[in-house]
Amino acid sequence: MSSSSWAREALAVLAKDIRSEYRTRYAFSAVLLFAVTALAVVSFSVSPYSLDADVQAAFLWIVLFFSAMMGLSRSFVREEEARTAMALRLTTAPEAVYMGKLMFNVALQAAVAAVVVPLFLVLMDIAPAHPGLLFWATLLGTMALASSSTIIAAIVSRANAKGAIFAVLAFPVTLPGLSSAIRATIVALRGAAASSSGPVAGAAGSVGAATAAAVATGALGDLRALAAYSVLMIASSLLLFDFVWDD
Amino acid sequence: MLGPATRNDSFELTIDSVSKSYGSRRVLRDVTARAVAGQVLVIAGPNGSGKSTLVKMIARLIRPTDGRVLWKLDGHTLPAADARKVVGMVSPDLTFYDELSAIENLRFFAQVRGLSAGPEPADSLLDRFELGGRGRDLVGAYSSGMKQRLKYAFALMHDPPLLLLDEPTANLDERGVALVHDAIAQARLSRCIVIATNEPEEVRLGDVIIQLGA
Repeated sequence: MSSSSWAREALAVLAKDIRSEYRTRYAFSAVLLFAVTALAVVSFSVSPYSLDADVQAAFLWIVLFFSAMMGLSRSFVREEEARTAMALRLTTAPEAVYMGKLMFNVALQAAVAAVVVPLFLVLMDIAPAHPGLLFWATLLGTMALASSSTIIAAIVSRANAKGAIFAVLAFPVTLPGLSSAIRATIVALRGAAASSSGPVAGAAGSVGAATAAAVATGALGDLRALAAYSVLMIASSLLLFDFVWDD
Repeated sequence: MLGPATRNDSFELTIDSVSKSYGSRRVLRDVTARAVAGQVLVIAGPNGSGKSTLVKMIARLIRPTDGRVLWKLDGHTLPAADARKVVGMVSPDLTFYDELSAIENLRFFAQVRGLSAGPEPADSLLDRFELGGRGRDLVGAYSSGMKQRLKYAFALMHDPPLLLLDEPTANLDERGVALVHDAIAQARLSRCIVIATNEPEEVRLGDVIIQLGA
């Protein structure tokens, strides 16, 4: 199959999934409801000023991780539960199915993040020190969550107790990406200079420019790690997907 | 259609000593048959005898435990990856997207099969199975008989050399059955047809018959 027809077919799968989602709100409503509820409960029960940037970043990614666990499996699970997977297997190249579902999951998770992150900043009364870094950490973290969740969703879609198996399988696989996203988010919220006065600077507590630069470099390293993680997950998923998708 | 240089009427289907087991339960044992374009292969047998399983193995949707299924066109063996071009299938297990209209479903499957996604082919296929006035309705609003007719539009849209019909007249009224028999008569002029059925009238269509046990 030529790369252009492969891409055209993947886009057709994406367009079909977006149209289906628009008409049914199958995944988006449930995911958004969970994310907004979790944010609201924590922000109303905990004083935003009592939370350190480490905890705030971890909290943000817990909400985004469990949103992904709720929503991203549905693209494949829905095909199996509605019994439309057979028509898809009969007509569509496996690589096009994977890429179409991946693009849909990235779009879905990005849409959720686009609502959740601004709401998080407002409810927790946070003015991020590096908004650009927060943007990239969220974008690449979203990509990492979607790339790992998509192949796991395909694996669990024909199993019983899909939800439980999905979360159990997804947690260890997503952990490296999640850790990088949290570290980059901490720096984005607190700033490199402030971060260097924390545990990174050590007991001496000197706020030197060199240490701040090192923290900023560490954050850039985390962004690169997130990008590399996504590329690795997508490449290995494309290699494995034939075996997962076919009987 | 596979390509301008290939002809559906050179198609050959070979089922070579195929067996299928699920765990310790053997569903099919050592099934062998051959059919070519212009012939109808009928798979008959009581409920639970493995008719639908054999049809799915012929479509290469599931793998046999032993044996093999071969498709040949112009003397060349075709890989399983060609299924989306080779196979047109009607099956009770085949379901379309309820939240899309019939035309949207057909256009989507045309796009992923690399066919023209324009409205004309979808419209003419729906007209052929007398769904023309309902093409823009959501499939979720279709009756089971209308969904069965839509499956024929789906199965024939890419002019496949191999047509697999599992319970071909299920859920159809008298008019629908007549349309299907007419479609089978036309298709057997240039295609290899496999029918899994217990209807005596359809069993009589077979040039080759596989009788499965319980």
